[in-house]
This record gives sequence, C-alpha cells and structure tokens, in this order.
Amino acid sequence: MNSIKVVLAKPGLDGHDQGAKVVARALMDAGFEVIYTGLRQTPEAIARIALDEDADVIALSSMAGSHLPICGKLKPLLEQAGLGDKLWIIGGNLPERDHARLRALGFKGIFPSSSRLEDIVNFIRANAP
Amino acid sequence: MKPVINESGIEIKPLYGAADVAASGGDAMIGPPGEYPFTRGIHPLMYRKQPFTMRQYTGFGNAADTNQRFHYLIANGQTGLNVAFDLPTQCGLDSDDPAAEGEVGRVGMAVDTLRDFETAFDRVDLERITVSLTVNGAAAVLIAMYLAMAEKRGYDIARLRGTAQNDILKEFIGRGTWVYPVEPSIRLVGDTIEYCARHAPKYSPVSVCGYHIRESGADPAQEMAYAFCIATAYADDVIRRGLPVDEFAGRLSFNFNCFGNIFEQVAKFRAGRSLWAKIMKERYGATKPGSMWLRMIAGGGGGGLTFEQPELNIVRGAYYALICALSGTQTMALCCYDEAYTIPSEYAQRISLRTMQMLIEEMGLGDTVDPLGGSYYVETLTNEMRARMESIMSEVDAQGGIVKLVAEGAIQAKVSAQAYRRQRDIEEGRFPKVGVNRYRTEDKTPQMEFHPYKEDDARAQVQALAKVRAERDAARVQTALARVEADARSGANLMPAIMEAVKAYASVGEITKVLVGVFGRYREPVRF
Repeated sequence: MNSIKVVLAKPGLDGHDQGAKVVARALMDAGFEVIYTGLRQTPEAIARIALDEDADVIALSSMAGSHLPICGKLKPLLEQAGLGDKLWIIGGNLPERDHARLRALGFKGIFPSSSRLEDIVNFIRANAP
Repeated sequence: MKPVINESGIEIKPLYGAADVAASGGDAMIGPPGEYPFTRGIHPLMYRKQPFTMRQYTGFGNAADTNQRFHYLIANGQTGLNVAFDLPTQCGLDSDDPAAEGEVGRVGMAVDTLRDFETAFDRVDLERITVSLTVNGAAAVLIAMYLAMAEKRGYDIARLRGTAQNDILKEFIGRGTWVYPVEPSIRLVGDTIEYCARHAPKYSPVSVCGYHIRESGADPAQEMAYAFCIATAYADDVIRRGLPVDEFAGRLSFNFNCFGNIFEQVAKFRAGRSLWAKIMKERYGATKPGSMWLRMIAGGGGGGLTFEQPELNIVRGAYYALICALSGTQTMALCCYDEAYTIPSEYAQRISLRTMQMLIEEMGLGDTVDPLGGSYYVETLTNEMRARMESIMSEVDAQGGIVKLVAEGAIQAKVSAQAYRRQRDIEEGRFPKVGVNRYRTEDKTPQMEFHPYKEDDARAQVQALAKVRAERDAARVQTALARVEADARSGANLMPAIMEAVKAYASVGEITKVLVGVFGRYREPVRF
C-alpha cells in the first residue's frame, strides 16, 4: 500500500513555522510522505501544489488569526481542483468559537495549539481517503 | 542520584563551591560592573541609577487604535514603546495589496505611509519615551519613516533615541518576515547602520535577536551564540564600507529570551555580556567601552508559556521578569498570560507592566547591582555557559559562517529538529511542564477577552491610503522612487533615497516593490 501523502502548507503572511515544521517531522516519523510548502502560500498556490502532488491530505498551519478568510478562499479552489474528497485539516492558533465555521468550510480535523502530535497522526490514519 | 543536565547541555552538580569556580576558569572574566568584560553589568550602578525601561509589545488595527493603546500604557507608567506592525507592513506590502487581504491590522498596526506614523505617535513625547520598531524585512523603510516623522515634529534626529529590530538573518531562521534574498538583505541592514552612525548616532538601528532563534528551537547557549554570529556578520558588512568599529558598535543592541531554568538564563546573560565584550575588543579592536556593551532587551518568554491553565502564565511571567532583572537587562518586555490565545487585552498588558514595576518598587531588584554575583553556582555556570557559546560560535565558523548556514537552511533544520525533540519530550513527559504533562486539570479555561478584529478598520486603512495617494505630489514620488531604484543598482547607501521617498509619502509597498525589482525575492530553502 502506498503511504499517505500530506501537503502541509503555511498560508498567508504568517511567519510562525516552528509548529508546522514540528508537525511535518511527526508525520514523516509516522511514515507519511510530507510535502512542506514553506511560508507565504496563497490559496491558489496551495490548491495547485495539492493537485500536482496528488495529495491525500491538505493540512494548513495558521498562527496569526487569518484562518477564516484563508479557508474561505481555499475551499472553492480545492473543490474546483477536484480535491473535495481529500482530507482537509488545519492546526494552529484557532479559537474554539471558529471551529464550527472551519468545519462548515470542509476542514474535518481541527487541531488548536496544545494538540498532541500523536492525535494528529492518528486522525490522519483514521480519516485519510 | 539522577544526573541533571540543563538545556544547554551542561551537567549541574548538587553543590558548588570555590573549587568549582576555579576549575571553570575562576574570576578572570568577572570584574566590576561598568568595566571590561562587563559580566556584572554594563554600568557601574545599573538600576540604582536607572531602572530597566519597561516596554510592552503593542500595536493593532490602524494607527489611531494603536495611538490610543500607547497612551494607555504611558499613563500606566510604561517608559518605552515597542511597536507591533501587521504582517503586510512587515512583509513590505500595502494595505490594498491582494496578498494583504484579511491581514490588515490583524496582528499589529497597519502602516502604509508617513501619515500613519504621524497619527500613531501623535502626542507621544519622543524624547521621554523611546520607541522600538519591531520590523525586519521592511525595516529600512520604517526607520526612515520614524526619522522623517520625528524631524517633521521638530526633533533633532542627531539626538533622537530609539531602536529598530532590523535583524534579517534571524528572520530567515524564525519569524519569517523576510522580503529580499540574503545578500541584499544584509546590505540593507548595513545601510541603516552606516546611515544612523553618520546622521542619527543615538539611534539603535539593529536589535540582534537570539529571542526568535530560541523560540524556533535553539537552546539558551545557541540562542546567544547564533545572535553573536549574526551581529558579527552585520559588523563585518559595515567595516568593509570603511566605517571604524567604534563609530557604530555602540549602537548595536540585542534581544534575548528568558524562559527556562532560572540560573541557566542568568548565567547566559552574564556570560553573554563578557563574551560580546571580548569579541568586540579582541576581534574588532574596539576601544570605546560603549562598543563592547551588550545592551539588550530581555524578556518575552512566549515559548515557555502554556495554552493549558493560562492563568499560570501570570506566575511564569513574574519569574521571567525576575530572571531578567537579575540579569541586568536595559529593557524588559513580558509576554502576557493570554498571549497563547489572543493579542493581549489591556488588562493582561497591565498585569505584565505591574509585574515589572513590582520588582523595582516593591521587591528590591533595583537596590544592588548583579545580586547573584559571587554565587559559586552562578559564577561557575557563567564560565561554563561562556565556554559553550564560544564552542558553538567556532563550530559555525568552521562550517563556513552564519550567512552560509542560514542561506542553506542548515541552522533552520538544526533548531527545528531540536524543537521536534522537545515537543516529543513534553508530550511523553520527559521534559516537565506544569499544567501540561504534570498536574493537568480538566477545569474549564478561564474566560478570555479575545481581541476583536475590525474589518471596518481595514477598509478605512485602504481608503486612507487611496486618499494619501490622491493628495501627494505624484511627480515627487516618482522622482524619489526612481532614485531608490538607481541607488539600489549602484550600491550606494539606500537610506537617503528612502528618506526622500517616505517624506514624499511614497508607501511601504511602493518602495519595497522597487527594491524587489532590483534585488529579487528570497526563496526559502525547505530542508529537514
């Protein structure tokens, strides 16, 4: 069986990448194939990379509060790219009051600050298409 | 007995005595405060003469919102300002840039033109309140704006004090608000140092940050060692231009973190002070004491604060402030207890400010210089931390120097691997964190006052920019921008051209675009 392929992206201008890189390493250690995009990815770029890489999982890391506008823009782009059936997840500084809206935007896994690496790995294993 | 090893890799004994101090190098590098090598402090009387400046990091929304918070903090006894800019400003984008959408005024104050600086610092006495600008990729433009604003207000910039973060090399390691590739980025830092040395000699154009390298995963010894490597990269650039070391080194400043083991941090600061003095004296031949001073802001501690039981962060903050006060910092700032969740509320900011005030006014931290000096443990650890830092610096040099290692992503990969190991150690209980992997409670998190994001402010910012563009002298802007481009190509110091551009109300985005046209953009090396 092929390993699960994750595109892990830092959307927007947020430069806090310590968490994203820690998660990337945890996913690699779990045996997943990880494409880490680096900083400052536009929603268009994320959708394109996810399509080109044939990702099973599209994971975002957002620490600077712009997760709702970014996910709002990304949703139609991922759908247009035919990636609506992939697993979309997001982690970072995500206040609880925004979780329902993120879920409504198609983000099945929400991992706010203080989430455990093991929980992220297990969630992907259980939910990746 | 289980061995205890601190984060910097030094084994800690259960008891220290005079023999340990002697074995670690004795008192050769101690000396009195105010004298080389400044281990005990850069001034003879330290806080007895002047307590540390209290400078909480603040800024959000537009310039008018931020001006209001500035006056709140000043009214509550804060003695300096530390300005947070929004991400578009920090990345050199205007508020109406498509890439700025959703980010204008979100994590800091939005700045497009000199007009915003005029509003932000309205009624702030720039002689009494020193201002620190937390900006890096766009620092040259914002330093120019600050100087131009002060000049317009009638201040003599030759006497103006203040600081800009302007440390781009650490920005490539952590924090991420870079714009241009590595080499032109260093040139811009050099331009600001050279320009300020000649025209604004009291202004500190750079604050070299170990802080964010530590947040990215470095241990305390690496934090300081990497910062010194970076500071020497800037110094080398300026010296290559022919400026003597004593004409600029006195205005280099530093920014360090404070979370972790109390004694390890205190030893780090004391060791760092003497190591920096030694580097400036022996490697650069500095002769003025001021050139050898490790002037610093210490504080923050964000990496040590927890999302779990956030009220415990008030207690952590108090210990962090104690560490900084015991370490002889010139300026202090503290992350607030709610900062793992939100931009700090006024209430949280005030608790941090009161924490610092308490140390000086109630707890006697200002009474005596370097109160831990002479402790067998602290003196031994200070010597050992200095040796660790020196060996890390030699290692960097042997591998080709900090500029090469940062450009290749090698330092980034090293510290991020350490951050990953640390996270594993926390999750698996090997690295204790109270409230996280010890003494967890399932209590409901106390109510947080979430900082509101006002979409209307962002729209108003875009409209205000359009108005400035319509009202300014378009021909003057074009001429100024053409000179920025010409000077970028010729290799001339860019600051005079940028000063003229900001005075003509050219925007951050317009000036940055011209420079990107010449320098290109940084491409991040992704390496694990």
